[in-house]
Amino acid sequence: MLIIIFVVIAVVLVVFAISTYNGLVRRRNEVEEAYRQIDVQLKRRYDLIPNLLEGVKKYFRQEQEVLTSITEARARAMKPQSPGQQAQSEAQLSGTIGNLFAVAENYPDLKSNTVLLDFQEELSSTENKISFARQHYNDSVQVYNTKIQSFPAVIFSRMLGFTEKEYFEAVGPERESVTVSYN
Amino acid sequence: MSETTGDRPEVRVQPEYDATFRERIAKNKRNSLFLFAVFFAFVVAFGYVLGYAYVGDPVGALFGLFLALVIGTISGLVSYFAGDRMVLAASRAREATHEEYPVLYNVVEEMRIASGLPMPKVYVIDDSAPNAFATGRDPEHASVAATTGLLEKLDRDELQGVMAHEMAHVANFDIRYSMMVGILVGTVVLASDFFLRTLWFGGGRNRGGNSGGGGYVQIIMLVVALLLAILAPVFARLLQLSISRQREYLADATAVKLTRNPKGLADALAKISGDNEVLEVANRATAHLYIANPVKGFEKRAKSMFSTHPPIQERIAILRGMGA
Repeated sequence: MLIIIFVVIAVVLVVFAISTYNGLVRRRNEVEEAYRQIDVQLKRRYDLIPNLLEGVKKYFRQEQEVLTSITEARARAMKPQSPGQQAQSEAQLSGTIGNLFAVAENYPDLKSNTVLLDFQEELSSTENKISFARQHYNDSVQVYNTKIQSFPAVIFSRMLGFTEKEYFEAVGPERESVTVSYN
Repeated sequence: MSETTGDRPEVRVQPEYDATFRERIAKNKRNSLFLFAVFFAFVVAFGYVLGYAYVGDPVGALFGLFLALVIGTISGLVSYFAGDRMVLAASRAREATHEEYPVLYNVVEEMRIASGLPMPKVYVIDDSAPNAFATGRDPEHASVAATTGLLEKLDRDELQGVMAHEMAHVANFDIRYSMMVGILVGTVVLASDFFLRTLWFGGGRNRGGNSGGGGYVQIIMLVVALLLAILAPVFARLLQLSISRQREYLADATAVKLTRNPKGLADALAKISGDNEVLEVANRATAHLYIANPVKGFEKRAKSMFSTHPPIQERIAILRGMGA
């Protein structure tokens, strides 16, 4: 009788441990997937910029430096660099794109030009997508970190190499120090 | 740069993830199963009684039951696998491309990124009344639809709030439940209509009681069938009401978690509720799918038991409380 009880308890514990472990693995994969999504959106922005610049080039003859600053910022952002620098170049790229829209405000006929409006929508949306991808990454990190810090996973999570992921800090021209961390 | 990422209010949203989130999904899956079981039992009973009423003996009843089982199974499977297409077709929705509706498409994509879900299919409905819904059996087979009126009347932040609400329904598995309610309720109503209409023609082969006791039972069954056919629309209505109004509040809360901007959805709801246009393509089978009740004159009795939606003013008040 006692043996049966022990066996039942052992089986329950094993099943429980397996499902907890699998839950942790799933969470960790979700975090990694969320991180890759940020890269996907960044890359989409790099791909988008040349096409869209081509579309507005002829309207922007007098504002050549705005266009070159975007091209340069894009080239800088695409170079391999440390995560901190990366975030800063991204913020710079966003800034130069913002400049372009600000300049467009000075041309009333250009403001209503559909090419530019499409351009504006696509880039604003890509900016949003990048920030929502970061937000989703942070949400996933929050779920994952809570999971590994809570009982019962906390007992063995560290032993099995489940360490806390770091949040993607808010990135913007108004913030001075920028940290991007991901192990 | 973008209007939506700039000066967003600081919003603290309780992260209602994991346990509660999963519980909600599990509950919606259970509800769908329960709904299907109730529907199935109803169809079988209806088939038995109808069979008896038409043919006039237990053999006919069994034949009716068999027929009902087949029809019930088919319509259940169809509603599960093709319900989204039926709902979209009934709403006269057409697929929206990125080229034709860039803002709508982008806003939906932004929200699917924020929620970490797959990209749903995007549809538009040519109707000047502002409204939207989501449908599909799971996030991998989800569709969202917006009326052209919604696209015209809302600004980008408001549209984003509405689409976040729809993606919240997708994430919570509300869409499977809502879709099945719509199709199954529609089937029951159609079957009742069909019976009531055919009753006056050939029905009741040996009515008149020339075969003794059988005719007597047949008349009783006929009365029962008649009652069932009349009660079916009421039953259907009750099922629709069984869709918890709480789910709309939850979808609103999840939407704010996705956009971090309660103002967009609050303003959108205010605009939608202030609009007097009638959504022509909505009917009783699809009314519960929409973000706001498309059947007008509803706000007057918003708190009544018979509404499919919570009072919109209350939803707006809650969103304003989050910092909108």
